[in-house]
Amino acid sequence: MIGKLEHAFDDFAVALKLRSYRQQLLASNIANADTPHYKAVDIDFGQALHQALAGSALRTTHPRHLTANNSGPFGVAVLYRTDVQGNIDGNTVDMDRERAQFAENALRYETLVRLLNVEIQHLKAALRTQ
Amino acid sequence: MSLFNVFNIAASALTAQSQRLNVVASNLANAESATSANGGPYRAKQVVFQAIPLNGAGLSQGAAVVVREVVEDPSPLRRVYDPRHPAADRDGYVTYPNVNVVDEMVNMISASRSYQNNVDVMNTAKTMMLKLLTLGQ
Repeated sequence: MIGKLEHAFDDFAVALKLRSYRQQLLASNIANADTPHYKAVDIDFGQALHQALAGSALRTTHPRHLTANNSGPFGVAVLYRTDVQGNIDGNTVDMDRERAQFAENALRYETLVRLLNVEIQHLKAALRTQ
Repeated sequence: MSLFNVFNIAASALTAQSQRLNVVASNLANAESATSANGGPYRAKQVVFQAIPLNGAGLSQGAAVVVREVVEDPSPLRRVYDPRHPAADRDGYVTYPNVNVVDEMVNMISASRSYQNNVDVMNTAKTMMLKLLTLGQ
Protein backbone atom coordinates (compact mmCIF):
# COMPACT_ATOMS: atom_id res chain seq x y z
CA MET A 1 0.00 0.00 0.00
CA ILE A 2 2.80 2.41 0.88
CA GLY A 3 4.41 1.60 -2.47
CA LYS A 4 1.21 2.55 -4.26
CA LEU A 5 0.94 5.81 -2.34
CA GLU A 6 4.49 6.62 -3.27
CA HIS A 7 3.64 6.54 -6.96
CA ALA A 8 0.17 8.08 -6.69
CA PHE A 9 1.38 11.46 -7.97
CA ASP A 10 3.99 10.35 -10.49
CA ASP A 11 1.91 11.24 -13.54
CA PHE A 12 1.21 14.68 -12.14
CA ALA A 13 4.90 15.20 -11.53
CA VAL A 14 5.70 14.32 -15.13
CA ALA A 15 3.01 16.64 -16.50
CA LEU A 16 4.06 19.51 -14.21
CA LYS A 17 7.67 19.09 -15.22
CA LEU A 18 6.76 19.19 -18.91
CA ARG A 19 4.54 22.23 -18.41
CA SER A 20 7.25 24.20 -16.63
CA TYR A 21 9.74 23.10 -19.27
CA ARG A 22 7.45 24.38 -22.01
CA GLN A 23 7.05 27.62 -20.07
CA GLN A 24 10.82 27.99 -20.18
CA LEU A 25 10.92 27.57 -23.96
CA LEU A 26 8.10 30.09 -24.45
CA ALA A 27 9.88 32.57 -22.15
CA SER A 28 12.96 32.13 -24.30
CA ASN A 29 10.92 32.92 -27.43
CA ILE A 30 9.52 36.08 -25.87
CA ALA A 31 12.95 37.17 -24.61
CA ASN A 32 14.45 36.73 -28.06
CA ALA A 33 11.70 38.52 -29.97
CA ASP A 34 14.24 41.09 -31.23
CA THR A 35 17.24 38.81 -31.77
CA PRO A 36 18.26 38.43 -35.42
CA HIS A 37 18.17 34.85 -36.78
CA TYR A 38 16.52 33.45 -33.64
CA LYS A 39 14.05 30.65 -34.48
CA ALA A 40 11.08 30.19 -32.16
CA VAL A 41 10.95 26.74 -30.50
CA ASP A 42 8.23 24.72 -28.82
CA ILE A 43 7.29 21.14 -27.98
CA ASP A 44 4.29 19.10 -29.05
CA PHE A 45 2.87 18.78 -25.55
CA GLY A 46 0.45 15.90 -26.23
CA GLN A 47 3.09 13.79 -27.87
CA ALA A 48 5.69 14.76 -25.27
CA LEU A 49 3.44 13.73 -22.38
CA HIS A 50 2.55 10.46 -24.09
CA GLN A 51 6.23 9.72 -24.66
CA ALA A 52 7.24 10.70 -21.13
CA LEU A 53 4.54 8.53 -19.51
CA ALA A 54 5.37 5.58 -21.74
CA GLY A 55 9.10 6.09 -21.10
CA SER A 56 9.82 5.61 -24.80
CA ALA A 57 12.60 8.19 -25.03
CA LEU A 58 15.75 7.60 -27.01
CA ARG A 59 17.91 5.43 -24.74
CA THR A 60 21.68 5.21 -24.71
CA THR A 61 22.81 1.70 -23.82
CA HIS A 62 26.48 2.29 -24.50
CA PRO A 63 28.71 5.12 -23.26
CA ARG A 64 29.67 6.00 -26.83
CA HIS A 65 26.10 6.31 -28.04
CA LEU A 66 25.23 9.81 -29.15
CA THR A 67 22.47 11.58 -27.25
CA ALA A 68 19.86 13.64 -29.02
CA ASN A 69 21.11 17.18 -28.58
CA ASN A 70 17.84 18.98 -29.14
CA SER A 71 15.86 17.17 -26.47
CA GLY A 72 14.50 18.32 -23.13
CA PRO A 73 13.50 16.29 -20.06
CA PHE A 74 12.35 12.70 -20.81
CA GLY A 75 14.01 13.02 -24.24
CA VAL A 76 11.25 15.26 -25.53
CA ALA A 77 12.02 16.57 -29.02
CA VAL A 78 12.25 20.35 -29.29
CA LEU A 79 10.75 21.58 -32.55
CA TYR A 80 11.03 24.79 -34.51
CA ARG A 81 7.85 26.72 -35.03
CA THR A 82 6.67 27.21 -38.60
CA ASP A 83 6.52 30.93 -39.12
CA VAL A 84 3.46 32.76 -40.40
CA GLN A 85 5.07 36.11 -41.10
CA GLY A 86 8.83 35.81 -41.08
CA ASN A 87 10.87 38.87 -40.20
CA ILE A 88 13.46 40.20 -42.61
CA ASP A 89 16.19 39.59 -40.02
CA GLY A 90 15.46 35.85 -39.92
CA ASN A 91 13.58 35.95 -36.61
CA THR A 92 10.44 33.77 -36.46
CA VAL A 93 8.94 34.91 -33.13
CA ASP A 94 5.29 35.94 -33.46
CA MET A 95 4.72 37.86 -30.22
CA ASP A 96 0.91 37.49 -30.23
CA ARG A 97 1.11 33.76 -30.57
CA GLU A 98 3.86 33.40 -27.99
CA ARG A 99 1.96 35.50 -25.46
CA ALA A 100 -1.21 33.48 -26.02
CA GLN A 101 0.62 30.16 -25.66
CA PHE A 102 2.44 31.44 -22.59
CA ALA A 103 -0.81 32.44 -20.89
CA GLU A 104 -2.48 29.16 -21.84
CA ASN A 105 0.44 27.12 -20.58
CA ALA A 106 0.45 28.99 -17.27
CA LEU A 107 -3.28 28.39 -16.87
CA ARG A 108 -2.93 24.68 -17.58
CA TYR A 109 -0.06 24.49 -15.08
CA GLU A 110 -2.27 26.03 -12.41
CA THR A 111 -5.05 23.62 -13.36
CA LEU A 112 -2.67 20.74 -12.80
CA VAL A 113 -1.67 22.11 -9.40
CA ARG A 114 -5.33 22.42 -8.43
CA LEU A 115 -6.15 18.89 -9.60
CA LEU A 116 -3.18 17.58 -7.67
CA ASN A 117 -4.42 19.41 -4.58
CA VAL A 118 -7.82 17.74 -4.93
CA GLU A 119 -6.10 14.37 -5.23
CA ILE A 120 -4.13 15.07 -2.06
CA GLN A 121 -7.32 16.07 -0.23
CA HIS A 122 -8.90 12.75 -1.29
CA LEU A 123 -5.97 10.79 0.07
CA LYS A 124 -6.03 12.78 3.29
CA ALA A 125 -9.75 12.09 3.68
CA ALA A 126 -9.16 8.38 3.16
CA LEU A 127 -6.36 8.35 5.75
CA ARG A 128 -8.31 10.22 8.43
CA THR A 129 -9.75 8.22 11.29
CA GLN A 130 -13.35 8.88 12.14
CA MET B 1 13.84 23.58 -12.00
CA SER B 2 12.58 25.05 -15.25
CA LEU B 3 10.61 27.89 -13.68
CA PHE B 4 13.76 29.39 -12.21
CA ASN B 5 15.24 29.41 -15.69
CA VAL B 6 12.26 31.49 -16.83
CA PHE B 7 13.50 34.17 -14.43
CA ASN B 8 17.02 33.97 -15.82
CA ILE B 9 15.82 34.24 -19.41
CA ALA B 10 13.42 37.12 -18.73
CA ALA B 11 16.06 38.94 -16.66
CA SER B 12 18.58 38.70 -19.50
CA ALA B 13 15.98 40.18 -21.86
CA LEU B 14 15.27 43.03 -19.42
CA THR B 15 18.97 43.87 -19.24
CA ALA B 16 19.33 43.74 -23.02
CA GLN B 17 16.26 45.86 -23.69
CA SER B 18 17.24 48.50 -21.14
CA GLN B 19 20.66 48.68 -22.77
CA ARG B 20 18.90 49.22 -26.09
CA LEU B 21 16.86 52.00 -24.50
CA ASN B 22 20.11 53.48 -23.19
CA VAL B 23 21.52 53.62 -26.72
CA VAL B 24 18.32 55.25 -27.99
CA ALA B 25 18.58 57.89 -25.26
CA SER B 26 22.21 58.52 -26.18
CA ASN B 27 21.31 58.89 -29.87
CA LEU B 28 18.42 61.27 -29.20
CA ALA B 29 20.45 63.35 -26.75
CA ASN B 30 23.29 63.66 -29.25
CA ALA B 31 21.17 64.23 -32.35
CA GLU B 32 22.76 67.67 -32.74
CA SER B 33 26.25 67.02 -31.35
CA ALA B 34 28.61 68.23 -34.07
CA THR B 35 31.66 67.22 -32.04
CA SER B 36 32.24 64.19 -29.84
CA ALA B 37 34.99 62.56 -27.79
CA ASN B 38 36.84 61.34 -30.90
CA GLY B 39 36.83 64.82 -32.50
CA GLY B 40 34.39 64.07 -35.32
CA PRO B 41 30.62 64.33 -35.12
CA TYR B 42 28.64 61.80 -33.07
CA ARG B 43 27.51 58.71 -34.99
CA ALA B 44 24.23 56.93 -34.24
CA LYS B 45 24.74 53.68 -32.34
CA GLN B 46 22.73 50.45 -32.49
CA VAL B 47 22.81 47.35 -30.29
CA VAL B 48 23.12 43.86 -31.76
CA PHE B 49 21.30 41.14 -29.81
CA GLN B 50 22.50 37.59 -29.62
CA ALA B 51 20.76 34.46 -28.31
CA ILE B 52 22.87 32.52 -25.77
CA PRO B 53 21.75 28.91 -25.13
CA LEU B 54 21.23 28.29 -21.41
CA ASN B 55 23.96 26.11 -19.85
CA GLY B 56 25.43 25.74 -23.36
CA ALA B 57 22.91 22.98 -24.03
CA GLY B 58 21.88 23.80 -27.59
CA LEU B 59 18.32 24.86 -28.15
CA SER B 60 16.85 22.33 -25.72
CA GLN B 61 16.93 24.64 -22.69
CA GLY B 62 15.85 27.81 -24.43
CA ALA B 63 18.06 30.83 -24.88
CA ALA B 64 18.84 33.97 -22.95
CA VAL B 65 19.62 37.16 -24.82
CA VAL B 66 22.66 39.41 -24.51
CA VAL B 67 23.91 42.51 -26.30
CA ARG B 68 26.75 41.16 -28.43
CA GLU B 69 28.09 44.54 -29.49
CA VAL B 70 27.18 48.16 -30.01
CA VAL B 71 27.78 49.14 -33.63
CA GLU B 72 28.00 52.58 -35.15
CA ASP B 73 25.65 53.45 -37.98
CA PRO B 74 27.77 53.70 -41.16
CA SER B 75 25.23 55.79 -43.07
CA PRO B 76 26.41 59.24 -44.30
CA LEU B 77 26.44 62.15 -41.88
CA ARG B 78 24.14 65.11 -42.29
CA ARG B 79 25.76 68.25 -43.75
CA VAL B 80 24.25 71.67 -43.09
CA TYR B 81 25.42 74.99 -44.53
CA ASP B 82 26.20 77.31 -41.60
CA PRO B 83 29.42 79.34 -42.13
CA ARG B 84 29.18 81.07 -38.73
CA HIS B 85 29.37 77.77 -36.82
CA PRO B 86 32.81 77.20 -35.23
CA ALA B 87 32.90 73.62 -36.55
CA ALA B 88 32.20 74.68 -40.15
CA ASP B 89 34.67 73.47 -42.76
CA ARG B 90 36.30 75.57 -45.51
CA ASP B 91 33.14 75.51 -47.65
CA GLY B 92 30.97 76.61 -44.73
CA TYR B 93 29.36 73.21 -44.09
CA VAL B 94 28.89 71.74 -40.62
CA THR B 95 28.71 67.93 -40.31
CA TYR B 96 25.96 66.80 -37.97
CA PRO B 97 25.26 63.25 -36.63
CA ASN B 98 23.37 60.73 -38.77
CA VAL B 99 20.74 60.22 -36.06
CA ASN B 100 17.28 59.63 -37.55
CA VAL B 101 14.88 60.80 -34.85
CA VAL B 102 11.91 58.86 -36.28
CA ASP B 103 13.91 55.61 -36.29
CA GLU B 104 14.98 56.25 -32.71
CA MET B 105 11.42 56.88 -31.53
CA VAL B 106 10.24 53.62 -33.16
CA ASN B 107 13.17 51.81 -31.58
CA MET B 108 12.27 53.28 -28.20
CA ILE B 109 8.65 52.14 -28.38
CA SER B 110 9.72 48.68 -29.51
CA ALA B 111 12.22 48.38 -26.64
CA SER B 112 9.62 49.54 -24.15
CA ARG B 113 7.05 46.99 -25.37
CA SER B 114 9.57 44.15 -25.25
CA TYR B 115 10.52 45.19 -21.73
CA GLN B 116 6.88 45.07 -20.63
CA ASN B 117 6.41 41.66 -22.22
CA ASN B 118 9.31 40.25 -20.25
CA VAL B 119 8.10 41.79 -17.01
CA ASP B 120 4.77 40.03 -17.63
CA VAL B 121 6.62 36.77 -18.22
CA MET B 122 8.36 37.15 -14.85
CA ASN B 123 5.10 37.94 -13.10
CA THR B 124 3.41 34.88 -14.58
CA ALA B 125 6.30 32.64 -13.56
CA LYS B 126 6.14 34.06 -10.04
CA THR B 127 2.39 33.36 -9.83
CA MET B 128 2.96 29.78 -10.99
CA MET B 129 5.61 29.18 -8.37
CA LEU B 130 3.47 30.66 -5.60
CA LYS B 131 0.62 28.37 -6.68
CA LEU B 132 2.96 25.42 -6.49
CA LEU B 133 3.93 26.40 -2.94
CA THR B 134 0.31 26.04 -1.83
CA LEU B 135 0.37 22.35 -2.78
CA GLY B 136 -1.04 20.04 -0.12
CA GLN B 137 -2.45 22.76 2.12
